Amino acid sequence: MSETATATAATPAAPAAPNRRLPSTLRIGLSRAAMETRLFFREREAVIFTFSFPIVLLVLFGSIFAGDLEGTGITVSQLYTAGLIGAGVMSVSFQNLGITIAVERDAGVLKRLAGTPMPRTAYFIGKTLNVLLLSVLEIAILLAIGVLMYDLDLPSEAGRWVTFAWVFVLGVSGAALLGIAVSSLPRTAKSAAAVITTPFVVLQFVSGVYIPITQLPGWLIDIASVFPLRWMCQGFRAAFLGDAGVSLELAKSYELDKVALVLGAWVIAGLLLCLTTFRWKSRRDG
Amino acid sequence: MTATTAIKVRGLTKSYGDVQAVRGIDLDIRAGEVFAVLGPNGAGKSTTVEILEGHRKRDGGEVSVLSVDPGRPTREWRSRIGVVLQTIEEAGDATVREMVRHFARYYPDPRDPDEVIEQVGLAEKAGTRVRELSGGQRRRVDVALGIIGRPELLFLDEPTTGFDPEARRRFWELISGLSDDGTTIVLTTHYLDEAEALADRVAVIAWGRIVAEGDPHTLGGRATAKASVSWSQDGVRHSVETGTPSRTVAELARRFDGEVPELAVTRPTLEDIYLKLIETPAAAGQEAGDE
Repeated sequence: MSETATATAATPAAPAAPNRRLPSTLRIGLSRAAMETRLFFREREAVIFTFSFPIVLLVLFGSIFAGDLEGTGITVSQLYTAGLIGAGVMSVSFQNLGITIAVERDAGVLKRLAGTPMPRTAYFIGKTLNVLLLSVLEIAILLAIGVLMYDLDLPSEAGRWVTFAWVFVLGVSGAALLGIAVSSLPRTAKSAAAVITTPFVVLQFVSGVYIPITQLPGWLIDIASVFPLRWMCQGFRAAFLGDAGVSLELAKSYELDKVALVLGAWVIAGLLLCLTTFRWKSRRDG
Repeated sequence: MTATTAIKVRGLTKSYGDVQAVRGIDLDIRAGEVFAVLGPNGAGKSTTVEILEGHRKRDGGEVSVLSVDPGRPTREWRSRIGVVLQTIEEAGDATVREMVRHFARYYPDPRDPDEVIEQVGLAEKAGTRVRELSGGQRRRVDVALGIIGRPELLFLDEPTTGFDPEARRRFWELISGLSDDGTTIVLTTHYLDEAEALADRVAVIAWGRIVAEGDPHTLGGRATAKASVSWSQDGVRHSVETGTPSRTVAELARRFDGEVPELAVTRPTLEDIYLKLIETPAAAGQEAGDE
């Protein structure tokens, strides 16, 4: 390695020495993940806005709506824990990525990266690992609050953990890919938060996070059913509430086959959207 | 010894819709030289440089940058060039040292991050977050990130816009130092004094063409153009245009018997030449042949 360095330094204009090995994509991806994560927690607004928001809401709702849901043995707080895990995952994936990538693109950060030998895949590896880590942390905190404050029982059967695992993987992947795709929509960094957050808040209201989906009009349920959040929340309820909560569902079933189908479809759709629409330059840059 | 060519461009064209931004540009930039690209906004200057940087696709012509077609950039090629874009409005929470160290990981044979930070004059700010730096200091971070990979060729896009005069001088020293180390530098700028201070050669791009190219001190017949000799007499400023300024000064010295009050001899500045070059499309074609 040091021999290469001297050779290159001595003849700066000479063609690159053949043994100049580029760092591997994975190594750069891991380095980006570490950097992204460190910087995320350094930026107070982002931590509060995307990370702590579902946690604050859970504590708030849990304190306001104490009590049981008729004939199920499940409390309102427990229901909120499951729903807010879905919203929390979407917050650190979809909302977080949608806004930060839009800001990075507008500021020229992406264009600068595109001018370096960083493999483009490494950028997405960094974002993905960062989102996975944040999601796991978010879920751990929400579950800890649910268990400690609201008597949520963690699933004891392996089957429900398996359900949790695949809902988590499909849900995070789909929401993250969708977040990367929608980052191209805001025209400027300033509008990014509004453009990304508004539909996300609406989606939370119609997807059964705050209001049970059974109380919504049919047409609203139809709209919500197109998007992944409703199904992610349903999947998490299956994992954390189990049989006791099944009577609260719209279909009196968790419909796990449909959950898998819709979340899986969004992973594929999100990937296609990213591949076809992702831009490294801002809109005014052409 | 024949200098190797770093950049070779033949018949480059690029249109945006109906607008022809670049209409047939030829360029040869030698390895090791500092080359400045001048031109008004919208003249094709940025488009040309972005094509060379591999940031934009061309419509036609041949382009070779370090013997590689930038229309098909590879990681290996990118590791040999450095690109310092126009303003990056990133208000980063990373410190200078974190940023430079992180970017070093992208390259096969990076410079030492601490040395680079020292070189751009930010040693005292290494632990400071980029967000808290002044505009000039942030620009130095941009340059640090541009040179961390030990590039053979460095692109600098309007590097000193918004600098105060002192910061600009310090920045010029930095660029001269890089050039002395053998780095080929392609610079775009709106400051003619910057081009004159730094560049071995300049090209003026207007209406999508190169209207003049050469040594900034002789560009557009600058060295042989008539000089202006001016002085003061009885509180009145006098001035004559002459092709033989030395003779005029000698005559004046005789007339005043020694010191000529407030004597000044000036040639057209690069700015005068530049403004004339970009004035009319018709006049432009011939000027290029002067060199």
